[in-house]
Amino acid sequence: MSIWEYANPKRFMDWTAPVMRVAFAVAAACLAIGLIWGFFFTPEEARQGSTVKIIYLHVPSALMAINAWFMMLVASLIWLVRRHHVSALAARAAAPVGLAMTVIALITGAIWGSPMWGTYWAWDPRLTSFLILFLFYLGYIALWAAIEDADTAADLTSVLCLVGSVFAILSRYAVNFWNQGLHQGASLSLDKEENVANVFYIPLLVCIAGFVALFLALVLLRTRTEIRVRRTQALLARAQRA
Amino acid sequence: MPDLGKYAFEVLTAYAASIAVLTVLVWLSVRRARRVKRALEAVERG
Repeated sequence: MSIWEYANPKRFMDWTAPVMRVAFAVAAACLAIGLIWGFFFTPEEARQGSTVKIIYLHVPSALMAINAWFMMLVASLIWLVRRHHVSALAARAAAPVGLAMTVIALITGAIWGSPMWGTYWAWDPRLTSFLILFLFYLGYIALWAAIEDADTAADLTSVLCLVGSVFAILSRYAVNFWNQGLHQGASLSLDKEENVANVFYIPLLVCIAGFVALFLALVLLRTRTEIRVRRTQALLARAQRA
Repeated sequence: MPDLGKYAFEVLTAYAASIAVLTVLVWLSVRRARRVKRALEAVERG
């Protein structure tokens, strides 16, 4: 069977129902374990004090804010190339989730930055590119809402998604491109010098797993909702014609 | 409750704000999913 058959709306609804339930359960378990572990059972860091505990929210949300956009990019490319409606709806469904992740990353970053840098905000390359990514999320959601014809909306939002991918990449690699600004390098790295200390590492990985599972669960839930909206609209249109 | 020292306000605010955003996101998504499902069932019943 071709992989594309899983994108058939009927088949998609069938296979995503159990996957979504498992993803919600994994998300709840990982977030509960990771956040409780990180908040209650990890020590303070020598320079950052207890603010290091913000890492369990800031890093996973920032990671998902960027990766949500890449998921939307892949879904948009599938729409543009193969015209699979479910892929366009999946991209649409992921945008509010990615927006929420971006908001969390910006809020926790600002709160963390205040005691560490002495300011909530600086026009640092990574912070600025993240703010632009946030604006792209808003624009993407607004564009979907503004265009009545679904296929036209999918086409135009897909093009917007391609353009916004530049800022998603910049958000991730701004620190490497411009070796300046306040923001530190990657918290998770294969370079042991750069990576966070082991005592923070495992609860951070658990939290990241929780955010990934939550993203998956919410995107599946919202995509299923969009498919039902389309089906409702199609049935109503058919009834009107009859 | 761990001793968060002089940064207690910052840490607690970050956790409260993040959990609030996630809760609202999940709540809105589930609420809309239920409404749309009910609407589709009503249309299918005719």
